[in-house]
Amino acid sequence: MRFLYKTDYEQDIRLAKHAGHRLWYGLLLLALLAAPGVLPEYWLAQLTFVLVYGIVGLGLMLLSGFTGQFSIGHAAFMGVGAYTEAVLTAKGWPFPASLVAAALLSGAVGAIVGLPALRLKGLYLGIATLAFGFIVEEGLARWESVTGGNSGMPVKAPSIGDWSLSSGVAMYALCLVLAVLCTLFVLNLLRSPVGRAFVAIRDSEISAQSMGINLAKYKTMAFSVSAGLAGIGGALYAHKVQFISPDQFSIGQSIDLLLLVVIGGLGSVHGAFFGAVFLITMPQLLTLAKDYLPTAVAQANGLQGLAYGLVLIAFVLFEPMGLYGRWIKLRTYFDAVPFYRRGLFKRQKTFQKSDRLK
Amino acid sequence: MQLIQLVISGLAQGCIYALVALGFVLIYKATETFSFAQGDLMMLGAFCGFFAVHFAGAPYWLALIVSVVVMFGLGLLIELAVVRPILGQPAFSVVMLTIGIGYVVRSLITMVPGVGIETHAMPVPYRGLVWQFGGLRLAAEQGVVIGATVLLCFALYLMFRYTKLGIAMQATSQNQLAAYYMGIPVRRLNNLVWGLATAVCALAGMLLAPMTFVHANMGYIGLKALPAAVIGGFGSLPGAVVGGLIIGLVESLAGFYLPVGIKDIAAYVVVLLMLVIKPTGLFGEKLRKKV
Repeated sequence: MRFLYKTDYEQDIRLAKHAGHRLWYGLLLLALLAAPGVLPEYWLAQLTFVLVYGIVGLGLMLLSGFTGQFSIGHAAFMGVGAYTEAVLTAKGWPFPASLVAAALLSGAVGAIVGLPALRLKGLYLGIATLAFGFIVEEGLARWESVTGGNSGMPVKAPSIGDWSLSSGVAMYALCLVLAVLCTLFVLNLLRSPVGRAFVAIRDSEISAQSMGINLAKYKTMAFSVSAGLAGIGGALYAHKVQFISPDQFSIGQSIDLLLLVVIGGLGSVHGAFFGAVFLITMPQLLTLAKDYLPTAVAQANGLQGLAYGLVLIAFVLFEPMGLYGRWIKLRTYFDAVPFYRRGLFKRQKTFQKSDRLK
Repeated sequence: MQLIQLVISGLAQGCIYALVALGFVLIYKATETFSFAQGDLMMLGAFCGFFAVHFAGAPYWLALIVSVVVMFGLGLLIELAVVRPILGQPAFSVVMLTIGIGYVVRSLITMVPGVGIETHAMPVPYRGLVWQFGGLRLAAEQGVVIGATVLLCFALYLMFRYTKLGIAMQATSQNQLAAYYMGIPVRRLNNLVWGLATAVCALAGMLLAPMTFVHANMGYIGLKALPAAVIGGFGSLPGAVVGGLIIGLVESLAGFYLPVGIKDIAAYVVVLLMLVIKPTGLFGEKLRKKV
């Protein structure tokens, strides 16, 4: 067992709480840095996708996991980012400028979507974002002079001056740097007053309001930051796949993103990356599993959807805190091994938490 | 004349939305949870009827009854197996759960060998029949949809107004705890509500099938029934019907008078406007949480 002996209030808000954190995250970073030398090209590409989805997942996690606002149209923000990046890159903008523009534009769009959020709660908000997602997708498909419509548009490799980052390794390095920066940004945001306000809003809007938190301001901010992160992820996604079309940012993608945060574990930064790993490796695992399944099942094209659906149902029923929650339970078990109690993580029911109380 | 024609086809389409929206609202009212799987359950209902027609050679009306009964049972089963264990968890758990159910249902249908990935026509006795009123044409399929919706609404109204079961359901939806204290078996009612909502969706699927085709992606219509439920105010049954009709009408008119592409998003534009102007919907109650 580890006992943290606290001698300073600053210790409570440090990013690395103890030496173990420094050691393990340092090793993780080293492993990620060494990855291009070790992994074959295909797996490096998959790892790049994990980082890209991790960034988008961070955005949605900030909104859903930490502010408690659900978005069923997050792929739309990703789409705005991706198309901004594609159009600006085609115009010859250098990568840093176009990335910032993509993040800012999708952040601004997020703020606009956040506006109805001030009057809407829970499911209504979800439906508003769903509607918005459909409208953006249709808009991307119809605004043919800029987006190329349903036939899609190619995306050039990112370049800074004469230096073009077209190789897989360069792309990976770029995604890694941005993923680390975004993670640090979110972690720092969460320990700032803004992040505390987000969490307060998630736990109870009424009590947050009575503590003097301006709901309108912070909800719009959460939407905006979340959309900005999704925009960055979308821009990287565009560069990685090199060809974008509106159907890549459809409702299916939005639901995949929700799947990502729920399976990763709502309300944890780790969860965004765990979820991304799940989302990327699941199809690969299924491909491997096909060899062991009867032919009729293996050839069916609904296999992936079925697996997603079953995993999702299983997580909601048995592990609502997602992969990260499972990890926490395991770690607590080994930390406290002779004294571990079975009821330690028992779920509490909240019948009185009705939205309809008069 | 053309306008009236458009209105009629809009109403027929709107009735389908209304039926699926009724499924949403029934579940929301009774259990305060929210089912994203209604569209896919509707698709399953249509396939259920199609199997009855195709493999057992049943006539359409028999297939309709079979489909509704089977789906009623499936609704009960879903509630028992997966919804009840997470009763009392945050509403979002149920949303994710039903998204999962939707995924599973859709994938399982596409996995049925030889049937799942194709589109099928549903044979009905009145196929191709068209009634003429002056210059107006009303396809029998559309007439049947409108008629069936009216009948179903009437039946639901009678049930909620006069039967013991319906009144108990109303009580449960108003205050679950108080209903429980009054000796109403709340759990069994929730179970029945899921069955009822699923059966209504199956009916919608069977009525829609002759108008379009039976295929695995029929369920996406559920995503348009959602705005219908919101426009009507989520907790109101008449609201769901009105909302569905509004969406159907708007779509039909937008498809004719506005540029291409607007039709597909008309429902969402309307619901966004509604949410901005009057978030509680047309028939929604104005509720405020007090501490």
